[in-house]
Amino acid sequence: MTETAVRRIRVVIAKPGLDGHDRGAKVIARALRDAGMEVIYTGLRQSPEQIVAAAAQEDADVIGLSILSGAHLAICRRVVELLHERGMESVRVFVGGIIPQQDIPELQQLGVAAVFLPGASTQDVVRTIEEGQAALA
Amino acid sequence: MRKVRERQESVPRPAGRESPFTTISGRPVEPVYRPSDTAGLDYARDLGDPGQYPFTRGIHETMYRGRLWTMRQFAGYGSAAQTNARFKYLLEHGGGGLSVAFDLPTLMGRDPDHPLSLGEVGKCGVAVSSLKDMETLFDGIPLDRVTTSMTINSPAAMLLAFYILVGEREGVGPEALAGTLQADILKEFIAQKEYIYPPRPSMRLVVDMIRFCTERMPRWNTISISGYHIREAGATAAQELAFTLRDGIEYVQWCVDAGMDVDSFAPRLSFFFNSHSDFFEEIAKFRAARRIWARTMRERFGAKNPRSWMLRFHTQTAGVSLTAQQPYNNVVRTALQALAGVLGGTQSLHTNSLDEALALPTEEAVTIALRTQQIIAHESGVANAADPLGGSWLVEKLTNDLEGEAFEYFRKIDAMGGMVSAVERGFPQREIQESAFRFQQAVERKDKVIVGVNEYAMEEKPHSILYIDETVAGEQVAQVQALRASRDPGRSVRALEDLKSAARGKDNLMPPILEAARAYATVGEMCDALREVFGEYQEQPIF
Repeated sequence: MTETAVRRIRVVIAKPGLDGHDRGAKVIARALRDAGMEVIYTGLRQSPEQIVAAAAQEDADVIGLSILSGAHLAICRRVVELLHERGMESVRVFVGGIIPQQDIPELQQLGVAAVFLPGASTQDVVRTIEEGQAALA
Repeated sequence: MRKVRERQESVPRPAGRESPFTTISGRPVEPVYRPSDTAGLDYARDLGDPGQYPFTRGIHETMYRGRLWTMRQFAGYGSAAQTNARFKYLLEHGGGGLSVAFDLPTLMGRDPDHPLSLGEVGKCGVAVSSLKDMETLFDGIPLDRVTTSMTINSPAAMLLAFYILVGEREGVGPEALAGTLQADILKEFIAQKEYIYPPRPSMRLVVDMIRFCTERMPRWNTISISGYHIREAGATAAQELAFTLRDGIEYVQWCVDAGMDVDSFAPRLSFFFNSHSDFFEEIAKFRAARRIWARTMRERFGAKNPRSWMLRFHTQTAGVSLTAQQPYNNVVRTALQALAGVLGGTQSLHTNSLDEALALPTEEAVTIALRTQQIIAHESGVANAADPLGGSWLVEKLTNDLEGEAFEYFRKIDAMGGMVSAVERGFPQREIQESAFRFQQAVERKDKVIVGVNEYAMEEKPHSILYIDETVAGEQVAQVQALRASRDPGRSVRALEDLKSAARGKDNLMPPILEAARAYATVGEMCDALREVFGEYQEQPIF
């Protein structure tokens, strides 16, 4: 078995659109950092363009979108579009927040890798990201 | 008299539950409370009867025997027409007053066709882009007979202007309008994050509104100094209490520094608290709030009018405590939290709906929420006597402890130069984040049980919700564009220029905002005019 350098998983946690509820995003960001990942938190009121640019600049493996405002379909669609435009299809998109069950199939079809609903634990998120990265390797 | 031997912790107890016995804020709770826990409590000095300084037991002598709290349900979604219908439904079914929830573009001072409004229009509340929407929103609602609370902060002055102008059209002058404007910008920097401009120009806007309303709108509560959002962001009960009241102190200080007499405006300040899950901690918190404010207004600010000493507050049950899993459990949570608000002596109350963690409330869900208040009011008997838990050793001890912790925070924040300085340093924000993280860890360790989530979970069928699609956005954008094309272009352009000039100077911003509103300038345009002058605030993202 060849030795590979240990590379931390790089995650951009973003608050897209106008929603300012950042409690969950910050708790997740901290939990991911405590789990050994490299976490970049974009702060509030980011456009899809700004988020994808941050992911490109930070060489992110994962983008985690926190959306409680109901704008998830429009925003995820745009983020995934931009990732494709920039040849960044390998960046996985996760979304967490207030997402109606009925929208989850459409999000998955759009290319969102995982959806986290209220009640998800930080460990659920850590595990999902780690398993996803291992599968890609 | 027989002396009761007080049990020592070292005496072996029967095997019991393992969980730490703490409130949801992490405060340790003793197994039992006794008179010794409140030794030194002086009835006249520390409690008073309801309606007597320091108002610990309530601000009115008769409390709910004189008048029940106002059942004021927060409502708003989609278009102004849809929300107008929901308002009428609530009033018809026993609601005592209106409370408006605006959508994110409105809250953030953006028009529906701004790029950042993508996917947001009408989703979290009603879309109001101009005076035209406000006219539709209150169509058929008599503003001289209905009181309205508006949850709006950065663009509060604009929405106040719209409300005044709708009143004018109905023949109701500003002096007859009764209601509340949230307008509490400090808690935006601390918790809700719906800020636009930096702290100092934002405070200037608040002082301008308070001054304008003091002169022209004697029945209007100029501000709703809020702890609700601070608590939802993760604060403990003590932090919610301390930061809210210290925000209040900051507003009073700024108004006094601007030359206003404290007794001229203090009676119309109001407050807004969360009612969270730990029953006794919340009741104690409300009582402590009244006592702290009374003492502060009299001793720190030298207010002489007793109405300046009285803390009047609205309460909302804790949205953050409600679960997406097994939504009907939320009816029970909300009922307990509402009961705590009533036992704490609130002046008005919003009860959350069972689908709070899923979407905006359906009509069925909001009806149950309203009925919850009506059952408490008319069937439980708790409204028959004021402050029924007064004298409980546990409740009085908690009230004392919370007051002490609040004053500790006041000292810290005073030492930093006040709340604006503390906010600029990130102090309250970091305190809240720490509490939020600790709580999540407690839940994941199962030190805090959440029924249906980390215990007693089960397979569930999907729950039907109020689903808002993009139709409203399409209509709203079309309407705003039609408005811009049809209004008097010269008048709105001039009004926006005048607003910018006033912002660069020291004049009160309400008159130019009123003129711009009359000219059908949009919320986005008015807020952009101020963005040009004040700049936009960027938070330092820390986690």
